[in-house]
Amino acid sequence: MLSVEKVTVVFPDVTALDDVSLEVARGEVVAVLGPSGSGKSTLLRVISGLQRPDAGSLVLDGEDITAAPAHRRGIGLVFQDHALFDHKDVAGNVAFGLRMRGDPPPDIETRVAELLDLVGLSGFERRSVRTLSGGEQQRVALARALAPEPRVLLLDEPLGSLDRRLRDRLMLDLGVLFAELQVTAIYVTHDHAEAFALGQRVAVMRSGRIVQHGTADELWARPADEDTARFLGLNVHDGEAVRPDAIEVRRARPGETGSAVVEGARRNGPTVQLSIRLDDGAVLQAVTASIDHPAAGERVWIEIDPAGIVRW
Amino acid sequence: MDRDRHSLSERVWRVATYAVPLGFLALFFAYPLLSILERGLTVAPFDVLTDPLTRDVVWFTFWQALASTALTFAIGLPAAYVLGRYEFPGRSVVRALVVVPFVLPTVVVALAFIAVLPTDLERGWVAILVGHAFFNVAVVVLIVGTFWAGLDRRVSEAAATLGAGPWRSFREVTLPLLAPALAAAASIVFLFSFTSFGIVLILGGPAYSTIEAEIYNQAVRIFDLRAAAVLSLVQLLCVGLAVWIALKLEAVLGAARGSQPERDVLRRPGTRREWGAVAGSLAALAAFLGIPLAVLVERSVSIGDGFSLAAYRALSDPTTALLATPWEAVWNSVTYAGAATAIAVVVGGLAAFAVAGSRGPRVLDLLLMLPLGASAVMLGFGFVIAFDSAPIDFRAAPWIVPVAQALVAIPFVVRIVAPTLKAIDERQREAAAVLGATPARVRREIDLPIAGRALAVAAGFAFAISLGEFGATVFLARPDAPTLPVAIFRFLSRPGELNAAQAYALAVVLMGLTAISVFVVGQVRVRRSGWL
Repeated sequence: MLSVEKVTVVFPDVTALDDVSLEVARGEVVAVLGPSGSGKSTLLRVISGLQRPDAGSLVLDGEDITAAPAHRRGIGLVFQDHALFDHKDVAGNVAFGLRMRGDPPPDIETRVAELLDLVGLSGFERRSVRTLSGGEQQRVALARALAPEPRVLLLDEPLGSLDRRLRDRLMLDLGVLFAELQVTAIYVTHDHAEAFALGQRVAVMRSGRIVQHGTADELWARPADEDTARFLGLNVHDGEAVRPDAIEVRRARPGETGSAVVEGARRNGPTVQLSIRLDDGAVLQAVTASIDHPAAGERVWIEIDPAGIVRW
Repeated sequence: MDRDRHSLSERVWRVATYAVPLGFLALFFAYPLLSILERGLTVAPFDVLTDPLTRDVVWFTFWQALASTALTFAIGLPAAYVLGRYEFPGRSVVRALVVVPFVLPTVVVALAFIAVLPTDLERGWVAILVGHAFFNVAVVVLIVGTFWAGLDRRVSEAAATLGAGPWRSFREVTLPLLAPALAAAASIVFLFSFTSFGIVLILGGPAYSTIEAEIYNQAVRIFDLRAAAVLSLVQLLCVGLAVWIALKLEAVLGAARGSQPERDVLRRPGTRREWGAVAGSLAALAAFLGIPLAVLVERSVSIGDGFSLAAYRALSDPTTALLATPWEAVWNSVTYAGAATAIAVVVGGLAAFAVAGSRGPRVLDLLLMLPLGASAVMLGFGFVIAFDSAPIDFRAAPWIVPVAQALVAIPFVVRIVAPTLKAIDERQREAAAVLGATPARVRREIDLPIAGRALAVAAGFAFAISLGEFGATVFLARPDAPTLPVAIFRFLSRPGELNAAQAYALAVVLMGLTAISVFVVGQVRVRRSGWL
């Protein structure tokens, strides 16, 4: 089990982490969700040993590792944009941690092949990492981090630089892999979909603090404050938040006045996101799954399910 | 705990990266410099400073450096444009060949222009300017051309869509973007022309002398060591100023560096006019660089009216010009240069690590860059007056020449290796650390393999520079152990056709050796950064 206890990191012009505590149980994947600049990456740097905390401590499996240097922690890190070793080939990258550990060469070779198989890159051993596509590089970075069997795996926006379709596919692959290997992991991202898909629990960070954590459903049902609600995509208005799925939109029949007007309709995969201006001027985002949805400019009635309203 | 042992070895490494280079520089750079200071300033130096001769020399040094810079740009810019904008067959060969004049020994270049210029222009300011342009055209072509090739073509395309014609778009968009590269190249060419020694000494004739050449004249020919010392101080001030400006400009250049990959910027010439421009500017450059060298070779085999290899055959015979056979001079040059390269790579390599990994005081970094401001003649002269009495009478020591040559080469080594080390993405080192690599292991696995190629290139340059080093070596080489440039100089100052032909022949040998070391460097691929 990894415990981050009251960690604070102060940079000259900003407090990057402000009294952050987080626990990750063995075999658990925790997603850390937050906008850029919220301190997510600094948190990973502290845990991996690349950044000394100004206060607080780290305990891994009962051992205080706060002062241990990065190369002795046995914590794996998948960097944003991968940070592969350009001057080594694919096998050289994956083998690196095994060599540092002092494994005998035959074992290293076997283990490298095993990992490349695991990430679907069998036979890529001698390829130069510069010739790989973004998705392949991401897989090599993952294999490299997993090879020395880290006690905890940290992933810093690992899919951030990939295009949407590839990201969706790798997200599923990662989920399967985590479950299969029983990895203890912290997954940092600014993307709700990734956080909710991969994290058994999600910690929401903002301005160097963890403002809330819980399961995806818990967060969605009861965001901790207005900013969190807004970040998660709820409608925030007059001190309360309304979940888009709790708003029912019905076309006004001819002769009816309705209570709002549709300003825009945007299809997003299987659902349609409607932007609706109430007659009192407020704008709400609603979601419908219907093909026959109201178009921009149409008058509508709206009805809000009270269960979808969050008040603080 | 184990960790403490590591941080101790880390501390030892960190101290070594500073202590070795700084110790070397303190003994072989600072101490000779102080000796010059002492020699020049014990009596108030006003008589030397107000001497009309000094005034003339300083004035000539400045205007010839300015004029040389202008001429170098006039010759180099068209080729820089062509290399910066067009892809054509042989482009990389052109880039490689253009470096050759830059590393040629000054003595060889001076000789080439004596061979090619008409007799009445052979000695004088015209010869000096042309010689400097020959040398420095590579600086303009490479710095400006490379920077140009990194400028996003879309920016000038955007200007075109906004209604700017080609000239307007060049003036308002390209030129401002190019300015840092132009400024950096100009300051470097100015500096090199300002401190040039061999060219001025040989091509200047009796009438034209720069500060650098005058230090030599006063010290060796007139034997007025105090005047030489005062002139050295004047030179030091001027060069210090010029280096400071050059470094400032270079920082600007680094910040503004174009980031486009070349293949997105370069395109093949489309119209016949474009092909003409490419071919024309390259042909002109090739003629300017190639003809003097070709004539040099021709002269080495011309005796009387016919061709003969007599000058080459005579290289193994004793000669009145030297206290050794010319071939012994070749051997001396190669061994001295080898030793100098070893010193320069070790000291310069450690210094590069210190500069690149510096979290320490900036003062130390500046100290390490100091020899950049040293002129070779000043170093040679400083050695002569600093190491003249027991227990540090090193003047006759066989290692004194390699040490002086290494001092000249070290700034180049630092400037080639340090940017490569700095350019290594810190996350590569972090990734290695997270995977279990100790700091020493990180250096071996990440820094060394990546910087190794730069070190090899630096070694090649250090070898070429040491081979051709003239300014310091001419003070220090023992009469019975001359190097090639010194031997050429001695032959040149003797009358007689065979002496001249032997000078040419030795120059050809020296050119060949330099070309080989540069060719070896060319086989090593490395990320290009900094001056070269």
